[in-house]
Amino acid sequence: MTNSQLTPGAVPGRLSHDSYCTNFSDVAPPLDTHQAQVEADRCYFCHDAPCTEACPTSIDIPLFIRQIATGTPEAAAVTILSQNILGGMCARVCPTENLCEGACVRQTAEDKPVEIGALQRHATDRIMARQDHPFRRADATGKTIAVVGAGPAGLACAHRLAMRGHDVVLHEARAKPGGLNEFGIASYKAVDDFAAREVAWLMQIGGIRLIENWQLGRDGALADLAGDYDAVFLGMGLSGVNALGLAGEDKAGIEPATSFIAELRQARDLAELPIGRDVVVIGGGMTAVDAAVQARLLGALNVSIVYRRSRAEMPASAHEQEHALANGVRIIENAAPVAIHGNGAVREVEFAYTRRGAQGLELTDQTFRLPADQVFKAIGQTLGQTPAEIALEAGKIRTDAHGRTSVSGVWAGGDCALGGDDLTVTAVAQGRDAAEDIHNFLMGA
Amino acid sequence: MANLATDFIGIRSPNPFWLASAPPTDKEYNVRRAYEAGWGGVVWKTLGAEGPPVVNVNGPRYGVVYGPDRRVIGLNNIELITDRPLEVNLREIKSVKRDYPDRALIISLMVPCDEDSWRDILHRIEDTGADGVELNFGCPHGMAERGMGSAVGQVPEYIEMVTRWVKTHSRMPCIVKLTPNITDVRKPAEAAMRGGADAVSLINTINSITSVNLDAFCPEPMIDGMGTHGGYCGPAVKPIALNMVAEIARNPATHGLPISGIGGVTTWRDAAEFMALGAGSVQVCTAAMTYGFKVVQEMISGLSDYMDRKGFTSVTDLVGRAVPKITDWQYLNLNYTTKAVIDQTECIKCGRCYAACEDTSHQAIAVEPDRTYVVKDEECVACNLCVDVCPVDCITMKELPLGEVDPRTGRPVAAYANWTTHPNNPARNAAE
Repeated sequence: MTNSQLTPGAVPGRLSHDSYCTNFSDVAPPLDTHQAQVEADRCYFCHDAPCTEACPTSIDIPLFIRQIATGTPEAAAVTILSQNILGGMCARVCPTENLCEGACVRQTAEDKPVEIGALQRHATDRIMARQDHPFRRADATGKTIAVVGAGPAGLACAHRLAMRGHDVVLHEARAKPGGLNEFGIASYKAVDDFAAREVAWLMQIGGIRLIENWQLGRDGALADLAGDYDAVFLGMGLSGVNALGLAGEDKAGIEPATSFIAELRQARDLAELPIGRDVVVIGGGMTAVDAAVQARLLGALNVSIVYRRSRAEMPASAHEQEHALANGVRIIENAAPVAIHGNGAVREVEFAYTRRGAQGLELTDQTFRLPADQVFKAIGQTLGQTPAEIALEAGKIRTDAHGRTSVSGVWAGGDCALGGDDLTVTAVAQGRDAAEDIHNFLMGA
Repeated sequence: MANLATDFIGIRSPNPFWLASAPPTDKEYNVRRAYEAGWGGVVWKTLGAEGPPVVNVNGPRYGVVYGPDRRVIGLNNIELITDRPLEVNLREIKSVKRDYPDRALIISLMVPCDEDSWRDILHRIEDTGADGVELNFGCPHGMAERGMGSAVGQVPEYIEMVTRWVKTHSRMPCIVKLTPNITDVRKPAEAAMRGGADAVSLINTINSITSVNLDAFCPEPMIDGMGTHGGYCGPAVKPIALNMVAEIARNPATHGLPISGIGGVTTWRDAAEFMALGAGSVQVCTAAMTYGFKVVQEMISGLSDYMDRKGFTSVTDLVGRAVPKITDWQYLNLNYTTKAVIDQTECIKCGRCYAACEDTSHQAIAVEPDRTYVVKDEECVACNLCVDVCPVDCITMKELPLGEVDPRTGRPVAAYANWTTHPNNPARNAAE
């Protein structure tokens, strides 16, 4: 392999073997026991704590930090996991600066919140290293529930249902469970195959049967599930991707950022992944950042994120934006793509600067072109095909406060359902709460 | 920079900070380095009688109590008096004192409770050049089992007797070091005074078990699977020590008796507090054992700055200044009324004041939307707990002026009146 960062086009092996290892190592290494103790001592044990209020899964954060401080990190983990069974992943991927840490009173006091995410990881790592499962199933209820989608929402729902004594059949369209945890986030956030290990650990509760390569609509109808099972939970996420709406969008080198990330996550050897010398990412969310940073880490020389609004309006958190900048990604704000240039494969993307007009965002006459061997689209995902009988709203499945859809006996949660911030942690909360509602519904509580 | 020079019962030192008789002062090497670091004086680790020295355990000697971030809050020890030969200690004391004539050097003593033993040891130390002696009637572990240390300090008659022997057989200034392991510290202090002591020093360490090993089911420090009580010191004991110093300072029988204050002195502020309660010098051990000799430099600069701010030109301006303000509960003004006030601009909304007040006190704090905590004056009894638990010090107590109606009682704040005349007091004094 003789490619370097300067090699034109999309080619594999731009870096040395060691560079791949270094670049894709743990982005936030775990706290050791001493570091965890020092950090835990900073918690004020607030009354009705703002961090807990800010957590979509309402983890009792002051309690679990106190448990770490007193030398019982595994008890801390039980506190976390009883609210959020994917607490290990959330510790790694939650935008904590917008949630618990953003609400921490020490953020107010000294602009330095307690590192809640790192402490949560410390505790959950400890219990997961123990090789047993802290939760037990209730007596069997004789009920069986179909869960569609083995992502965060489906997994949280399945685990809670299993805990309540129900049997669960978990249907996953891909060949592997985990959803976005497995396919959709930057690999340096969940190293050492963490997503798969977490699913395996979660499944230790028992009572959950996983069916892979099963897609709703293609392999079975909702009506069949509703007939065969006592209840159905839909948590299949968003399988569609928004298009740019430009001529030439089908040119080689243009793909959804989610596809790039999924391919990278599943790659056996990162050196075999082709990556452009010049890469353009269009969008402003977490997915855009994950794609852009990983493109840089694979050896792309020039990577730009282009977002149509200002940086302050980017859905990616300030921390994520800083992470991108620190990794040499250029962030271009207030610009939208207007044309794709290239003969067969993309060569350049043309952008126009935007401004805020009376009718909302409008394009200006000022344009520029960015060279691009690869273009990753990260301008949002959409619901894939859904059963006709399910009512939608704003392009998502409509649910009530309990996660019930318009169809009796069918619940939904996670990114496919209306509401929430399309975060792992909100998906877990919705899956868990739907499970409790299903339980109450079936058991007549 | 204020002048910190101290004259304590004729013993002069450049500042009032002395190292207490303890492991840091066991040998010449340490004491020289302590003086170089700036310590004004040293009380040499307790010497015993001539003959084979005592022995120490060969396992851990200390137990510890930690605060957050593994800060040493309390320390106990099961170490005995010096385990080095008397001749070696005497030679070193003489050598050090010769080289540091401006520093205080006091020798701590503990020998069996007979006049000959005391006369002999006093005779042996006569030509060391030391400035004074401190009688160790305080150590509560090990030596007490042999009838010395706190075993003497717990019997005022013995204190008086031994002190008198010392004053009879020596012309050196004599400090009697008191044990806190008694019910009323005024009695041993009075006894020391009757025996002719020039000063008392207190407190020595408190009987303690700092922790229990929950795997071995044994107190720490653990010696081959067994433990014993040790002497407790460090920041945790300061409040106990301050009270005992104050009791002696305000006791008419001992008022004016010089006091060397000991117990958890860690910063200049601790030292200044002891001095305000009547201590003419302070002795330090745990802070040095935790952080090294250099801590004295903060004490020197801090006390100096404070004295400059206050316009004090000598430490005597500070010593005893708070003594007239110590009284009995019965004389406190029961009409004095304050209310907690939360500074909303400084509040970080942690809610600890609310949890403390709502769960354990008087339900006098309301939560308003957006986590705004507001004191309910009609419920607030001014207990101060909210102030104490606030992590950012944003709560203060506001005094209600005379005549203003207290929303809690509905009555105007009245002039000074105490329990002795209160109508609820069955033993009240008749009104004048």
